[in-house]
Amino acid sequence: MMEMLRRPGPWIAVVLVALAVSAPGWMGAYFLGIFTTAYYFGVFAMSWDLLFGFAGEVNFGPTFMIGIGAYGAGLLNNAGFGIPLCLVGGTAAAVAAGALLALPALRLRGPYFGLITLVAVLLLLDLIVIFANITGGEIGMMVPDVLSISASVNYWYALGFLVVSALILFGLSRSSLGLILQATGQDRIEAAALGFNVTKHKLAAFCVSALFSGLAGGMLTFYEGAASVDTVVSLAITVQIVIAVVFGGRRTILGAILGSIFLILFDELLRPLGQLNTFVVSGIALAVIIFFPDGVLGWVLRPREPR
Amino acid sequence: MDDLARTSAQITAPLLEVSGLTKRFGGLVAVRDIGFRVARGEILGLIGPNGSGKSTVMRLVMGIERPNAGSIRLQGTEIAGWPTHRIARSGIGIVFQHSRPLHRQTVLENIQLALLPDSLWRLFAEPHVERRAREIAERVGLGEVLGRRPATLPFADLRRLEMAKALARDPRVVLIDEPFAGLTQGEVATFSELIDGFRRDGHAVLLVDHNVKSVAALADRVLAMYLGERIAEGTAEEVMRDETVRRVYLGGKIETHPRQYLDARGGEALLDVREVDVLYGKAQALRQVSIHVNAGEFVSVVGLNGAGKTTLFNAISGLVPFAGDIRVAGSSLRGRTPARIARDGVVQCPETRELFGDLSVRENLDLGGQHLASDADRESQLTWLFELFPILNERQRQNARTLSGGEQQMLAIARALMMQPKLLILDEPTLGLAPVILEQLSKALSRLRETTPITVLLGEQNVTFAVPHADRVYVLEHARIVWEGDPGRFAEEMGTGYL
Repeated sequence: MMEMLRRPGPWIAVVLVALAVSAPGWMGAYFLGIFTTAYYFGVFAMSWDLLFGFAGEVNFGPTFMIGIGAYGAGLLNNAGFGIPLCLVGGTAAAVAAGALLALPALRLRGPYFGLITLVAVLLLLDLIVIFANITGGEIGMMVPDVLSISASVNYWYALGFLVVSALILFGLSRSSLGLILQATGQDRIEAAALGFNVTKHKLAAFCVSALFSGLAGGMLTFYEGAASVDTVVSLAITVQIVIAVVFGGRRTILGAILGSIFLILFDELLRPLGQLNTFVVSGIALAVIIFFPDGVLGWVLRPREPR
Repeated sequence: MDDLARTSAQITAPLLEVSGLTKRFGGLVAVRDIGFRVARGEILGLIGPNGSGKSTVMRLVMGIERPNAGSIRLQGTEIAGWPTHRIARSGIGIVFQHSRPLHRQTVLENIQLALLPDSLWRLFAEPHVERRAREIAERVGLGEVLGRRPATLPFADLRRLEMAKALARDPRVVLIDEPFAGLTQGEVATFSELIDGFRRDGHAVLLVDHNVKSVAALADRVLAMYLGERIAEGTAEEVMRDETVRRVYLGGKIETHPRQYLDARGGEALLDVREVDVLYGKAQALRQVSIHVNAGEFVSVVGLNGAGKTTLFNAISGLVPFAGDIRVAGSSLRGRTPARIARDGVVQCPETRELFGDLSVRENLDLGGQHLASDADRESQLTWLFELFPILNERQRQNARTLSGGEQQMLAIARALMMQPKLLILDEPTLGLAPVILEQLSKALSRLRETTPITVLLGEQNVTFAVPHADRVYVLEHARIVWEGDPGRFAEEMGTGYL
């Protein structure tokens, strides 16, 4: 315990949580909005880290699940269902679609899993455009209901969702299941030889990842009042998720939150730079990835051997 | 174990019973009709040189590969074709040769992993898991390092960790791949004791290794394999005396044709390896190895698989870091990249051949000749190689993948020769080749030696293949050079004690 108090990690976490909780008291609506988006993004990134960091699978299609969650919820809302039911329906659709995708994909080795997930996103993009009459196509789909029109209420929803998701995903990563998942990710033959059904565990991880991605996609839709290809399906979102996770620290789950906040916040702060802002943010992220390959949190929490 | 107990153990039905096991990879039959039984409290040694199929047998039993034919029974239950995790759950455990720990977890957590059930719903381990993990760690001698991460452990402790994981699974049958590779004499004793512990506890053990020597002290019976087939079975002594086994490991009668004047020329050696040490993580792969090769000489380094031959060649080619010094034509190779070393004329033809399988024979050769100065050079080099290996001329347009093993080996050598090497390093060219192919290859090497002034360093396990071409011979054993001399003396002094 004393050892814990001497390390910087826990203290930094306490300060960050205190800042996040007190933010509606001192932060303007504009920045609350940015953080709200960043928090949903944090859930995307954490879900992705569960697959990449633990199950060892590079999923290039997180937006496949996010998109299905978002559009599923939006379509249900347009059909007249209430927000809670829409979120449940969208999430269920995301998990079902994720499982359908993962079942064949996880049987393949090497880069094929990643390629299949990538193709899935492209298919989803096509479907949204083809069925533009109900999805709104490239313009996006408006939804009749929103979570709230108050910036601070929306902020609380997002923060609450982020914290609950983080607790569950982090807890899962530190559980026996997380240990087995890491074993399957690092060496599937060794894991199988120890008696673990590798496909079963990876599929479970994929479904958990789909569940949180889909739910976050749905919540984001009801925060923004619309679902659009650019915010929930585009491959640019995938790239941002990847950068957020690697920047924050692979295999840490919580690092993904830091990475997401960094990406979204600095993208806004540097907006005066015009076209250059994405360039600068990406440059910083690149530098961190090259010099601290374990990411920010990975570096802070790097194992120190007892002397 | 006293005699009575051993007799009663042998009366019980075999725990593991394998019969008619066959595995093909494409056209290659890796395992052909292999059968054996291991009873409770019995240790069976499965031996064979590299490429003999022994590891494939182990992987088939574990379900990592699926057999094409044959039966594998665990206490009467047919398990052939089951997925690995199910075979593991039904009572077969494996100790891999290379340790495969979770690097971010502690030693204790690594052992705990092996004790967890295959369940999605049990999120937290039962309390007895940690207690049991600690007991196992004590038993294998990891008690002091429970909180450390695998990367900080010495090599022997990593092997202990693998043993601990196997113990934790409490399998009825334990498969152990090269149990003693990379261990010191003292550690070998400790590990033998651990393996003997499996026997005392009534497990059935399958030890897989290159040679009889390493498993002789432990194994109750030994099964020897070569080119996928069973060649001998019996006690370790019987197998060591077996004619076929001796022919496989030693070849037949040893012939010699040294050209001693080459070593006597003196002056600067073309290749000069001085006191080289190589560590793989914590395993010492080469210890104070010094050899030299004079210009025009054909030098053979012989030694069993695992002695360190490939490591020595990889150090020369700049592929593994080493301590000590390696000089070619007087200047040190230190700091040169592998590509630079190859272009400077030290060309290795690796054991694994590393052909570009989807390119044609001709394309593979052309790649070797990329650095030659002119098209005319390339043309004349090709013509010469097609004379040396006529079969390659016929096969020019065929993809390298579709060649037979012997043809692939010739292509690998020819591609290396395309680079016009000053020093050609041949690493175990006989690997997995049938005797009739060996003869063709041997003839090609003789022609090469007689018709060109090329300098060759050959590494071989097959002494009969290696010694006839050699002007000088080194023997590498357990990471050290233990003998050096001319081939005539080798036949007299080393021919018997080598196996």
